[in-house]
Amino acid sequence: MTDLVDVALLALLALTGISLLVLRNLFAVVILSGIYSLLSAGLFVTMDAPDVAFTESAVGVGVATVLMLGALTLVGHEEKKPTRTRILPLAVVVVTGAVLIYGTLDLPPFGDPGNPIHQHVVPRYLEQMPEEIEVDNVVSAVLASYRGYDTMGETTVIFTAGLGVLLLLSGIRRRSRGKEGAAE
Amino acid sequence: MSHNIILRIATKVVVPFILIFALYVQFHGDYGPGGGFQAGVILAAGFVLYALVYGLENVKRVLPPSIPFACMAIGVLLYSGTGVVAILNGATFLDYDVLASDAIHGQHRGILWVELGVITTVFGTMVSIFYAVAGRRGVE
Repeated sequence: MTDLVDVALLALLALTGISLLVLRNLFAVVILSGIYSLLSAGLFVTMDAPDVAFTESAVGVGVATVLMLGALTLVGHEEKKPTRTRILPLAVVVVTGAVLIYGTLDLPPFGDPGNPIHQHVVPRYLEQMPEEIEVDNVVSAVLASYRGYDTMGETTVIFTAGLGVLLLLSGIRRRSRGKEGAAE
Repeated sequence: MSHNIILRIATKVVVPFILIFALYVQFHGDYGPGGGFQAGVILAAGFVLYALVYGLENVKRVLPPSIPFACMAIGVLLYSGTGVVAILNGATFLDYDVLASDAIHGQHRGILWVELGVITTVFGTMVSIFYAVAGRRGVE
């Protein structure tokens, strides 16, 4: 049964990916990439990672789609026909994909309890967490306490990324220069 | 989209629940899936949805751009401030054990503040970026 769900989700993912390549209407492309994120979120649920699925559906489906739609109002809805040949990009994509697939051959088998990731610090987290932190969701405990430094880094990354986008888009410079660009 | 009455009414009904759900995700993060990142995005999504239907100007009256902009920095300050408070109490940076009378309550308190920092920064960043993108030529 779970195999069936996996196959259905992956088939839909592939289908969505191919339609993304073919379509020229950017509005449809944005909505389809939202659907792609939603399908990935479903895939994460079948992998027993609800926290990741939650983030993917909130960020990928919700906010990213809205931001892309906002960008669409600035650039128009139709993609222009490419003027040059697409041989080189195709070659780059094929080579990169081949390297990535080659890389997966070395990965430990999925879900095997003997994998290095399950042998390193995870057993300690799972055993000590009830006495040390006593939180029902181990993921929260790991994120906020055991890996507090990492999460602080992530928060800072979000802050920095937001600051970068704002500096590029908010038009602070235009306003300070006077009335010429004050079209708000 | 502002002329569609079904969208307008549905948004009015749904937005409060989205905001409450964000708080639920935030504070239920200790017991189920969720936490500051997801809650921040959902909280921002509530305001974004309102802006899409009722226009950017109406949302800016409730939430002037300076508030999410300040939130971005306040969140990071809350997070690192929790670490500094731990230092002041004689532990290492971000060691929550000393934040309350016993270690487990200290951990709970530390996680609470840290997650508050995360939701604040994520919410502020998402709304600020949305304002910046949408403000270039209103969402009509």
